[in-house]
Amino acid sequence: MSSVLSSHREDASRAGWQYRLHLDAPLLFALIAASGLGLIVLYSAGGGDMALVERQLVRLGLAFTGMLVVAQLSPYVLLRLTPWLFVVGVVFLVAVLVGGESSGGAQRWLNLYIVRFQPSEMMKLAVPMMVAWYLADTRLPPNGWQLLASATLIAVPMLMIAKQPDLGTALLIASAGFFVVFLAGLQWRLLAFFSVLLAAAAPVLWHFMHDYQRQRVITFLSPESDPLGSGYHVIQSKIAIGSGGLLGKGWMNGTQSQLDFLPERSTDFIFAVLGEEFGFLGILTLFALYTIIVVRGIMISIQAQDTYTRLLAGSLSMTFCVYFVVNTGMVTGLLPVVGLPLPIISYGGTSIVTLMAGFGILMSIQTHRKLLPT
Amino acid sequence: MPRQITLKDHFFESRLVMNRAVILLIIAGILLTVLLARLLFLQVVEHEHFTTLSEDNRVKLQAIPPNRGLIYDRNGILLAENLPSYRLEITPEQIDDMGGTLGALEDIIEIRDIDRSRFEKLLKRKPRFEAIPLRFHLSDEEVARFSVNRHRFPGVDITAGLARHYPLGTLGVHALGYVGRIDEQALKVVDSSNYRGTSHIGKIGIEKTYESVLHGKVGLQHVETTAQGRVIRVLDRTPPVSGRNLYLTIDSRVQAATEAAFTDLTGSAIAIDPNNGDILAFVSAPTYEPNAFVNGIEFDDYAALRDNKKQPLFNRALRGQYPPGSTIKPFVGLAGLEEGITTSHSSTYCPGFYSLPGNTRKYRDWKRTGHGTVNLNRSIQQSCDVYFYDLALSLGIDRIHGYLRHFGFGKSSGIDILGELPGLLPSREWKRARHDQPWFPGETLITGIGQGFFLVTPIQLAVATAALANGGRLLQPNIVHAEQEANSDDLLPHRPRTVDTITINAQEHWDHVIESMVDVVHSTRGTARRIGEDSPYRIAGKTGTAQVFGLKQEEKYDAEAIPEELRDHALFVAFAPVEDPQIAVAVIVENGGGGGSVAAPIARKILDAYLVGESPVVEEPVDEATGGEPQ
Repeated sequence: MSSVLSSHREDASRAGWQYRLHLDAPLLFALIAASGLGLIVLYSAGGGDMALVERQLVRLGLAFTGMLVVAQLSPYVLLRLTPWLFVVGVVFLVAVLVGGESSGGAQRWLNLYIVRFQPSEMMKLAVPMMVAWYLADTRLPPNGWQLLASATLIAVPMLMIAKQPDLGTALLIASAGFFVVFLAGLQWRLLAFFSVLLAAAAPVLWHFMHDYQRQRVITFLSPESDPLGSGYHVIQSKIAIGSGGLLGKGWMNGTQSQLDFLPERSTDFIFAVLGEEFGFLGILTLFALYTIIVVRGIMISIQAQDTYTRLLAGSLSMTFCVYFVVNTGMVTGLLPVVGLPLPIISYGGTSIVTLMAGFGILMSIQTHRKLLPT
Repeated sequence: MPRQITLKDHFFESRLVMNRAVILLIIAGILLTVLLARLLFLQVVEHEHFTTLSEDNRVKLQAIPPNRGLIYDRNGILLAENLPSYRLEITPEQIDDMGGTLGALEDIIEIRDIDRSRFEKLLKRKPRFEAIPLRFHLSDEEVARFSVNRHRFPGVDITAGLARHYPLGTLGVHALGYVGRIDEQALKVVDSSNYRGTSHIGKIGIEKTYESVLHGKVGLQHVETTAQGRVIRVLDRTPPVSGRNLYLTIDSRVQAATEAAFTDLTGSAIAIDPNNGDILAFVSAPTYEPNAFVNGIEFDDYAALRDNKKQPLFNRALRGQYPPGSTIKPFVGLAGLEEGITTSHSSTYCPGFYSLPGNTRKYRDWKRTGHGTVNLNRSIQQSCDVYFYDLALSLGIDRIHGYLRHFGFGKSSGIDILGELPGLLPSREWKRARHDQPWFPGETLITGIGQGFFLVTPIQLAVATAALANGGRLLQPNIVHAEQEANSDDLLPHRPRTVDTITINAQEHWDHVIESMVDVVHSTRGTARRIGEDSPYRIAGKTGTAQVFGLKQEEKYDAEAIPEELRDHALFVAFAPVEDPQIAVAVIVENGGGGGSVAAPIARKILDAYLVGESPVVEEPVDEATGGEPQ
């Protein structure tokens, strides 16, 4: 035991401040760099509105503080909290469906008088935590019953969120849960089976979709069918990105962005502003930072010392990957338009707080390793 | 840790999760590669394509409409100008609730049905983010009211432009015409690229005839715009070329005096300078207000004009075709002298009627008791019909037609206003072609006194009178005296054109006819002696009364007994001063009665307005007994 402890002390002495503050340097560096890049792009997307940048800066400050706080909690505490977090989250989701506040046609907000927040954001963390909590106690790979139980844990909150409706978040939660199961060793033949099942369920899914969701799918399949309506967004963002070229038109010089041709340019479509003004090089820079985050997250997962943290870290990292792939895929016309912001870069949303809390968990897992009994 | 201890192969499990994590890493790598490939495709392979699209988005070609040329009268008085005008425009993309916005706008700005329907028509076929006009010609008050409330109406804006305005209103409307909003039909006729940005086009009158001169050449500019169409900056600019100004031959003093002389009578008057064919006054009465047409006349107002019994919209000067009546007599008389059929000394006995040899049908003289023995001078002076029946028969229709053609009867005068009608100078050939009938001698008789098939327009009558005054030069009447490039003081004059020169066999024939016309006005028995009594200059004139309504053989004309629209037209032609003619006029008053009593006083006022500069004739009640002169 002592030898184990001493070897960890060596680790600690190698990067002392990281362990004392429970921070992970590569992650922190990439997050701060991405945030900085985001603020620069946001300034331009907002047409030089400093107030917008300041509000975003406050939000980022809050999110980083949250990350710092979560990072101090040991994975053990997180483990203990997991079922409670999940149950409270589900209760909140039910409350939202029964008496939530609407905004923009969707019922997502819960007013707790002190704070107004979206329980669906909380579930982005609570669902992978819950599934990891459940599977960590079983023999891996999970058997059929365990898979069914996991699927239930994922599906119940996901369907409630999809019903709000918030397809983007539901998708993220589903993938977060799925990644936990996948990491836990989901058999390939079962995976193939479920994939076929999902494909077969597509028409049923179509039946339950809202009109605007169906419209998005149609638009995705053929954006030129409605160039002035819902296809307009993607057509304009492709023009913005394509005309940016290798080096871009220069900061604050994107005609698509600055002359209002690009809609939603400080929120969901901010990636097109980056592509137009900073070109392929700018996009490469952002992707490099994203890659650092994802790779580092999966390394943390690999280095983690118990099943719960391994599953959780891997899932959170891959969910982040899905997050930005879905956004950039939709902005470049590869995927249908779902309402997902570009993580860390897009303006607004409580999502940045949840996102950073997730990174706080990753840092906690990484920096509490030696203290964990296994 | 309160967890159940299960038999777990930790080594196996950590290897399993690790393997899966590596697989996820590979999946992430594949996703990233796909994205990067997509971005390379968009930003490198298709870069030029998207650059073009982005430029098309950003840069728009805007047309700058030229300023329409102004129109002045011969003395430089402004007849048509361009006034700053405000219009209300709506950008539909910026409006969430169009019905609500229109409703709210209605409270502060008048929106007529015609505005609304035009707006809705434009709404259906307009490009994205283009503002469409809802109202033109906002009043200052409306501009002020909207400005105060502007914050309530995002997407609604007031833009300034120039709009055609006729400062003298109804004055000379039938000559001037008006502009109106371009419709699709009008766009088919003109070069539509030159009309990008132009909202109005000449619809009628000089505005239409000289459209190509007045309009100018469109300017173009490339502008950088926002998605909402707001112009950020001008990239390059080709300025428009303003249309040319027109100086009319019209003298608005004479024009105004003529219009006033008509009071509420219906008819037409043309005053022309016999030296060069300049139209001095161009009147068709009643007139109408051209400014009402510039931005679309309200349907009810238009219906009122259209259904008005006096037909103010009808251009009588250009398109009114009337029998010339006795005003043709000097021309027929001249034909008789020049063709050697009669002499100034030959006389005829007038018993009050005329019959063709071997026929009992009576062709009556307007004077039932007859004029007794009359020569040409007396016949013109007193307008004896019998003398001219006899002369016409001797001349025959062929010679009448051949001679009168030289005075421009039966063909368009060529005045530079579109829409002129040619009148009708009947001939044997015409009757054969038109009615498939031979010419009858009786028809020659009534042609000789300007009745029957014979039709003239007021312009033709004025031009023929001018030819009489100037010694045989048939002039092409012109209403535009000169053009002027914008920003230039130089006038580019229109040259007078002589269409025909009438051969003069003997000058004394002409002098005799003109002297007879002087006697019409200045002798004690002349049919227009009332206007000659106090005239400071000598006038040569001829009255005419044209039958609208055919009387039966023994029927007596009684003005009171027949409806107004069937009463005779009153005509008068004249020129003055006789010694050095400066002005020739033709006046027609529809259903006015006698030429001497109704038409001649109007002519006198026109002559006075031009020659004296004022109207010295004192109005006095018309004496039916002395003024009447039905033929």
